[in-house]
Amino acid sequence: MKTIYLDNNATTQVAEEVLDAMLPYFRDLYGNPSSMHSFGGQVGRSIREAREQAAALIGAQPEEIIFTSCGTESDNAAIRSALTAHPDRRHVLTSRVEHPAVKSLCAHLSRQGYRITELPVDKDGILDMAQYERALTPDTAIASLMWANNETGVLFPVEKAAELATERGILFHTDAVQAVGKIPINMKANAIDMLSISGHKLHAPKGIGILYVRKGTRFSPFLIGGHQEKERRGGTENTPSIIGLGKACELAARNMDTENRMVLRLRDKLEAEILSRIPNSRVNGTGPYRLPNTTNISFEFVEGEAILLLMDDYGICASSGSACTSGSLQPSHVLRAMGVPFTMAHGSIRFSLSIYNTEEEIDFVIEKLPSIIERLRSMSPYWNVGDQVCSVQ
Amino acid sequence: MWEYTEKVKEHFLNPRNVGEVENPDGVAEVGSIACGDALKLSFKLDENKRIKDIKFKTFGCASAIATSSALTEMVKGMTLEEAMKVTNQDIAAYLGGLPQEKMHCSVMGKQAMEKAIENYKGGPPTEPAAQIICECFGVTEREIEQAVRENNLSTVEEVTNYTKAGGGCGGCHDAIREIIERVRAEAAPVARPKLSNIQKIKMIEETIDREIRPSLKKDGGDIELVDVIGNRVLVATRGTCATCKAADITLKHFVELKLRDFVSPELVIEEVTT
Repeated sequence: MKTIYLDNNATTQVAEEVLDAMLPYFRDLYGNPSSMHSFGGQVGRSIREAREQAAALIGAQPEEIIFTSCGTESDNAAIRSALTAHPDRRHVLTSRVEHPAVKSLCAHLSRQGYRITELPVDKDGILDMAQYERALTPDTAIASLMWANNETGVLFPVEKAAELATERGILFHTDAVQAVGKIPINMKANAIDMLSISGHKLHAPKGIGILYVRKGTRFSPFLIGGHQEKERRGGTENTPSIIGLGKACELAARNMDTENRMVLRLRDKLEAEILSRIPNSRVNGTGPYRLPNTTNISFEFVEGEAILLLMDDYGICASSGSACTSGSLQPSHVLRAMGVPFTMAHGSIRFSLSIYNTEEEIDFVIEKLPSIIERLRSMSPYWNVGDQVCSVQ
Repeated sequence: MWEYTEKVKEHFLNPRNVGEVENPDGVAEVGSIACGDALKLSFKLDENKRIKDIKFKTFGCASAIATSSALTEMVKGMTLEEAMKVTNQDIAAYLGGLPQEKMHCSVMGKQAMEKAIENYKGGPPTEPAAQIICECFGVTEREIEQAVRENNLSTVEEVTNYTKAGGGCGGCHDAIREIIERVRAEAAPVARPKLSNIQKIKMIEETIDREIRPSLKKDGGDIELVDVIGNRVLVATRGTCATCKAADITLKHFVELKLRDFVSPELVIEEVTT
């Protein structure tokens, strides 16, 4: 059975070119970039190139790029560094819909006595910027808002938010793990102090990330050790993955426009066809400010895990914000923050596309999904056949 | 991804007895859409007061659908007294086990069966108004007590896995802890008369005949009592059980529990090949 992979916000396929670029660094070029001999030194040069490639994708300077092990490490490093840099400040400003890498860290900090503000979002997943502005206080050490939401694809106006924070002398961090490579980002044209990137979301391997730190920002390392990364992140460099991420950034910079036009067209087709073919379905987080590859669709009166497993039977991979899939008993915190009704939240499915998806795959999903939903609805005590307007919204 | 047994997957992909029985003798609805799963059960009795037809409609995950399907298969042909005795453990064992986090699905099945029987007998028995402990999922004190008692639960996390209580805001964790302590204090060991070896073997044989074999036979399986040494019950698997990967789960979670219930709580099942 062919796999139809529509779960690219979870992780992506490593690009062929990326793998090819990496392989020599597993086999022959295994030297330590810190070594004095030229065998290791040549690896140091390759890392420099990778740093330049990554910087170019987001309009940064190479020395502003710190390689880390993942997006979660980058988020932790950024927020903890801000608190260390401003020991007199005890407030962290964030939102209710952040990724667990930020959300759970903030919950942890709260238990340590920090004051955390989680800004609410409206039904479309959008922040109230006036409320954000009011929440920036002299006690605020850092404001951290995600650029693109992993579940809905909704974009926050982080450039504007960074400006407002900077005016007040407050550090601004964004978890841009889902945004980088999907939307144009130019760090020269914004005031964001720190930005997190994850390699495996843009066709590089898992286990590699980046923390961008703007030149001149006070930074306190998260991992203390050797002098690697200009003493901002100890630990011998993960050479093959750094080379791979550099290549992935180069590919993303080169292909972003064409790729996104194609992905956007397929996403829009998938979304429109599902909504027109399946009654009582709706998109969570519409609006113009959204990633081109993501759609989060709820199917009323059926449960997400059951949908996923029936899709799995056809080789279709997606994910759900339902309670049953998360291992917790409540639906996703993002959908709850948006006030999505329970009848809808439990039956939410996220489709996230990539350049590797084809029109045939999208057509296959469009063909199979209506009967899957119909089958589960025929088992559901809340669904009466032919009754398409019994929504409790 | 959840580790579901083949039997859970099979019942999810090909659920038995979906729908609603016409002119039912008893009906029940448990759960709610807010909780993420709900089950509507309806049954009809034959002239001998045995369950002739039983159907379900379920909103929920794969294991909720599979446990509903399994329940209907298990109780078909039973008297209401027999159906009332089917525990959530029996349902889980029938499916070769469920992930701990999904045990609440089997509890939902058990509750629906009880409620439908109560409905047949003319409404729920008069009992003091059920006190809601978990506001998030609407779980009552009685439901928590029953789950703790029947499944020998000892932590809040286990209670959440079995009843969902405490899985939301967490505000009721202390109350749940109190219920666990109270129920476990009540469950002081019951003095059972000491059995002679002959009596014990006889009771084990009877329990296998009456309580165990019919369920196994439904799947083409069987077990044979080989020997009883002290509290060790040696059995051999037969039929489909002999080749079934989940047989040891069935032995531990179904056969052993039944024997402990009906004969002696010290019994331990051991499989031997003969």
